[in-house]
Amino acid sequence: MPSVLVKNIHKSYTTKKESVVALNNISLEVGKGELFGLIGPDGAGKTSLFRILTTVLLADSGSATVDGFDVVTNYRDIRKRIGYMPGKFSLYQDLSVEENLNFFATIFGTTIQENYHLIKDIYVQLEPFKKRYAGQLSGGMKQKLALCCALIHKPAVLFLDEPTTGVDAVSRKEFWNMLDHLKAQGLSILVSTPYMDEASLCDRIALIQDGKILLTNTPNQISNSFSGNLLAIKSDKMYDLLHDLRKYPNMSAANIFGETIHFSGDNTSIPELDNYLKLKNHSNIVIQKIEPTIEDVFMNLMLSNNASHEQ
Amino acid sequence: MNNEINGTVVISANNLTKKYGDFIATNAITFNVFKGEIFGFLGANGAGKTTAMRMLCGLIEPTSGSASVAGFDVSTQPESIKRNIGYMSQKFSLYEDLTVKENIRFYAGIYGLSEREISEKMKNLLEKLHLTDKQSVLVNALPLGWRQKLSFSIAIIHDPAVVFLDEPTGGVDPITRREFWEMIYDAAANGTTVFVTTHYMDEAEYCNRLSIMVDGRIEAMGTPSELKLDFEVNSMDEVFLMLARKAVRQAD
Repeated sequence: MPSVLVKNIHKSYTTKKESVVALNNISLEVGKGELFGLIGPDGAGKTSLFRILTTVLLADSGSATVDGFDVVTNYRDIRKRIGYMPGKFSLYQDLSVEENLNFFATIFGTTIQENYHLIKDIYVQLEPFKKRYAGQLSGGMKQKLALCCALIHKPAVLFLDEPTTGVDAVSRKEFWNMLDHLKAQGLSILVSTPYMDEASLCDRIALIQDGKILLTNTPNQISNSFSGNLLAIKSDKMYDLLHDLRKYPNMSAANIFGETIHFSGDNTSIPELDNYLKLKNHSNIVIQKIEPTIEDVFMNLMLSNNASHEQ
Repeated sequence: MNNEINGTVVISANNLTKKYGDFIATNAITFNVFKGEIFGFLGANGAGKTTAMRMLCGLIEPTSGSASVAGFDVSTQPESIKRNIGYMSQKFSLYEDLTVKENIRFYAGIYGLSEREISEKMKNLLEKLHLTDKQSVLVNALPLGWRQKLSFSIAIIHDPAVVFLDEPTGGVDPITRREFWEMIYDAAANGTTVFVTTHYMDEAEYCNRLSIMVDGRIEAMGTPSELKLDFEVNSMDEVFLMLARKAVRQAD
C-alpha cells in the first residue's frame, strides 16, 4: 500500500470574473518510507495539492488516499496519521517554544516524552530557547520548531510545503539532513520546494508547472532524459557572451548558470563555436561538454510546455 | 558579469557599526562599491545583512563608523539618500490592491517625476515588460514572476544611482529567475549600481564582486573566481558553507 496515492485530481478556483485551474489531472504515488519531492515555482499548484491531501480542501474530481484512507470519506483517520508543515508559519507566536510543542502533543493525545526520540536531534538545538515566544525566533529556528510540532504525534506521513523557502544555505543543508534521518526511521515524506538543487536529495521527484506534472522520476533518470548535447561556456565578457550565443545558428537554448552559460544546439561543433566567439572579440573562451542538471531538464520542459500552450 | 567597471565609488562604508545594547549587529564593516557594479551581499540569516542594508538606505543611524551612498552621508543626509536610491524586497514592493498603471504612477509621483516624464516612463515600461494589455489589472492578479519584474522596473523608475535588492527572486521558476537577472545586467550596463542579497548561490556567481558576512563582520570579499581560488573549492556554495559554519552566534 503506497503512503500517498493520487489519481486524476482536478481543482479549479472560480471567481466572478474567471476560473483558474490549480490542478489539472494530477496523479502520483509516494511509496512507504520514500522521500518524494514536488518541484515547481510559486503558483504551480503545490499548495493546493498539499491542502487536498491533508484534508483541508476538497478536489473537484479525482481521488486520493493517504496511508490507505480516502481523503474525503476517511478524513478523520488521515488527520491522526499525518504531520503537516504549511508554507506559512502557523504556530502560536504568543506561546513559547515549549508551550507550542506541548500544545500539539496534547491535541494528539500524546506527550513530548513519549515520542521524544523522533524530535531529539532537532529539539536539542531549540532547547536553549524553550522559554522564548515562537514569534521571536529566527527563520531557521521557526522552521525547526514547526517540524518538531509536526512530528510530535509520530505521524506515518509527513507533508512539508516549501519548508526551506527564504532560509539560508546552511540551515537548508541542516534541514535536509534531518529529513534523511526521519526517512531512515520509516517515515514517508512529501516535500515541495522551488530550489532545484534540493531536488537531487529526494528519492523521486515530480516536476510541476501550471497545475500539471511534467515528469516524475528519480533525479538521476531525470538528468539523463535531457536530449542533445549540453555545453558550458565562459569568456571574459559574460553578458555579451549570452547575447552572442543566442545569435548562433541552430541555437536551441542559452541560459546563465552560475559562472558559465549552458548552451545547447543541433550539431554544434566546438571548434566552429570557438571561432565564432573569437570573431565576436571574446577572449579567455572556455567551452566544455557537461552533464545536464535537473534545472536544465526542467527549463527545457517548461519551454516546450509553454510553446505547446501558444499553438 | 560585466567586467568593465570604472572607478567611481558609489557606496563607501568605513568601519560601519550598529550596536543594540551589548549586541553588535554590524561590526565595523568596510568596503567600496563602484559605479555600474553588481555587488552581492551574502551572509546567513542573522549575520547582520539587514541591519547593514538599513543603514546604507538611511533608515537607521550607525552607532559608529561612517558610510556614504551616491555622494550622501548616511548619518547626516538620510533623506537625500532615500531620494537617490531604489529599493526592492520580496517582502514588500508593490501595492497589490492598485493596478499596474496605478503602482507605476504612484511611485513615479512619490519620487517627484514630472507628468511628462511619468507618461513617457509609463509607456516605455509597459512595452518593455509586455504589460500594455494588463495595465488596468490589479497587481495581486499578476503571476509572481511578472510582479517581481514590475517591482524591479518601478524601483529604478527615477534612474537612481544605486538600487538595493533584498532577496528579490524567491519562489519563481528558473526561467523567470534568469529573465530577472538579465534585467539586472541591463540596469548595471546602463550605469546603475546594484547591491543585492540572495540565498541562491548560483546567483552569487552572477555578481561582479561579493562580500560574505559572518557574525556581523565581513569575512571574505572578492570576485566569485577569487573567492573560489582562495578557499580552494569549485563553487560559491562551498565557499559560503565553509564561512557560514564558522558562525558562533545564533541566527536570531
